[in-house]
Amino acid sequence: MDLAFTPLQDELRSQARSFLEATPSPTWSQLADLGWTGASVAEEHGGAGLTFLEEAVLHEEAGRALLHAPLWSTSCLIPFLDGADQGAVASGEASWTLALAPLVPDLDAATNVAVVGGDTIWELEGFEREVLATNDVSRPLGVVSGGEPGRALCSSEVLPALRSRSLTILALEAVGVGQRALELAVEYARTREQFGRIVGTYQAVSHPLASSYLELELARSLAWWAAWCVANDEPDAAVAAAAAKAEAAEAAVAACERAIQAHGGIGFTWEHVLHRLYKRALGIQSWEASSAQLRAEVASHLLDGGGA
Amino acid sequence: VDFRDTPEQAAFREELRTWLDEHLPDELRGHRGGGARFDGPEIRQWSRALHDGGWVGISWPAEYGGRGLSPRFQAIYLEEEARAEAPPHIGVIGLGMAGPTIISRGTEEQKTRYLEPLLAADEIWCQGFSEPGAGSDLAGVRTSARLDGDRFVLDGQKVWSSYAHIADFCILVARSDPDSQRHAGLTYLIVDMRAPGVEVRPLTQITGDPEFNEIFLSSVEVPVENVIGEIGGGWDVAMTTLLHERGTLAFALVARLEVQVNKLLALVADRGATATQREAVAREWSQLQALRWTAYRSLSALERTGLPGPEGSILKLQWSEANQRITKLALDLLGPDAQLLPGNAPYDGYWTIQQLRSRGNTIEAGTSEILRNIVAERVLGLPRSR
Repeated sequence: MDLAFTPLQDELRSQARSFLEATPSPTWSQLADLGWTGASVAEEHGGAGLTFLEEAVLHEEAGRALLHAPLWSTSCLIPFLDGADQGAVASGEASWTLALAPLVPDLDAATNVAVVGGDTIWELEGFEREVLATNDVSRPLGVVSGGEPGRALCSSEVLPALRSRSLTILALEAVGVGQRALELAVEYARTREQFGRIVGTYQAVSHPLASSYLELELARSLAWWAAWCVANDEPDAAVAAAAAKAEAAEAAVAACERAIQAHGGIGFTWEHVLHRLYKRALGIQSWEASSAQLRAEVASHLLDGGGA
Repeated sequence: VDFRDTPEQAAFREELRTWLDEHLPDELRGHRGGGARFDGPEIRQWSRALHDGGWVGISWPAEYGGRGLSPRFQAIYLEEEARAEAPPHIGVIGLGMAGPTIISRGTEEQKTRYLEPLLAADEIWCQGFSEPGAGSDLAGVRTSARLDGDRFVLDGQKVWSSYAHIADFCILVARSDPDSQRHAGLTYLIVDMRAPGVEVRPLTQITGDPEFNEIFLSSVEVPVENVIGEIGGGWDVAMTTLLHERGTLAFALVARLEVQVNKLLALVADRGATATQREAVAREWSQLQALRWTAYRSLSALERTGLPGPEGSILKLQWSEANQRITKLALDLLGPDAQLLPGNAPYDGYWTIQQLRSRGNTIEAGTSEILRNIVAERVLGLPRSR
């Protein structure tokens, strides 16, 4: 067992961070040029041939930077597409979103939409899309109307695996979001003075930030456990992903709330980045299932015969 | 990132499981948890069996009676000990604190004299850091150590000393320079608990158990060769001990929490739970997994860089608060039955005692307030609060 990151994973993280700091709104084809869209696509299909663990590094960084791109939506579907479709994602020609519920994420940007019908996941054709104004502007939602199933993409038996992948990516994003909020709060508390003292010297300010650190590190451990389970098709993937997303979403929301509080009035303004982090955290909390619902699933796994 | 045992680790685990199955007496199974003292003759016997089996001092250097394996194997031992619900070796303080301090700071004579009997459970150790006036603020130590020729003469009082009532030796810090303040002028000593002038009194705690003791020292003579480190350099040595306490503690804490969560799941299976209670149980199970993987992340950093990862600083803090939540949840599941005492209570009062005992978890070995200061100042880089 070795839970340290490999040199490749470290390098990917540092590349991703500097790129997203320099280029806050990259296009899909820029992400493709970097090899992100096809990170876990096999080399024979034009991808980078890495595992989901390397891709996981990117999702954490994407959350941190509030990346506005259909990376999550597309990545959920990638392993279940055929080689040609994977290649189109890797090259940046295509991106995907799955219309599982009435509100569909990333509908502003995804080139292709998938739907579940019967025992198959299909590509939806001939539909109309409407993008809705959303609280989290970096991940717009939309609705599709009309259209009909076109090509068959894969069996709908992949849905549980797809959901584990989706929950894991959301957990990784949440860790990135929360981490960024915590760093902003620490930076502010180290420099802001009131009553002639740096506010971070007050334990009423510093201890909540220590709690954010604790919760985020625990969440990070769960998110990486889930990512490893997903990457290796482990039987624990479903329960690990549910536990990870439940804990990470709450940790991220709490880290943002504490960061807003630590900043005082400035943290409550539109101009500060904190509200955007907060809205992404709240969005992640709402996606797929709430923490309470996910814990009910974990409980069922533990108590109703799934086994621990 | 890889969550699997290596073949070598898997083989070690398998060998250990087989050994525990064959050697752990049924009456000792489940005999752990911190609510009661584990000091009966059967625990000494069990500790010796562990030593004979090669399961004690797994990560200690081979030259001092250990197996010289990476801390990874000690972690596996603790996981399997918890899974088998086997009681820990009686030398908790010796193995976790006194021994590592002697190995890193002691003289060759001290290593030869003390380490082997410690591993074999022939000699038991206790620790005397806290005093009535020096709790979180250890630098407030007032017990005096007056140098008189080739010996120190100790006077003072120590408190919260587990195992002192059966211990052969105590590691303690005392003020050897009466004019010194705070961190300076402290000396770290090995005290023979049978020396004249040492008196141990049990301290009955919130559970009704006398798990800890007070130690009264009246003109106790300690030879100078019992100093660990330099005379006047005791603070530095004490920090070594505490570093080991927090470092080696993590996997023991994970193991103890795993026992609690498993018992909690069994309790729900027995007594049922509401949807809200089930969610709370799921949260504790999830956080247990998080605690375990975080401990391994810190260990992986240690193996790569020689320094434990910063995330290690949250382990004891998280464990203590999780154990308080878990035991409270158990009371909630038990309802009024939790008011009953051992003898007429379900599960022989296990949860009632555990819940009360858990209140000490956020106080002992670093209060949660001190640990949050450490995270804020040393990990996050916030300015010092005092």
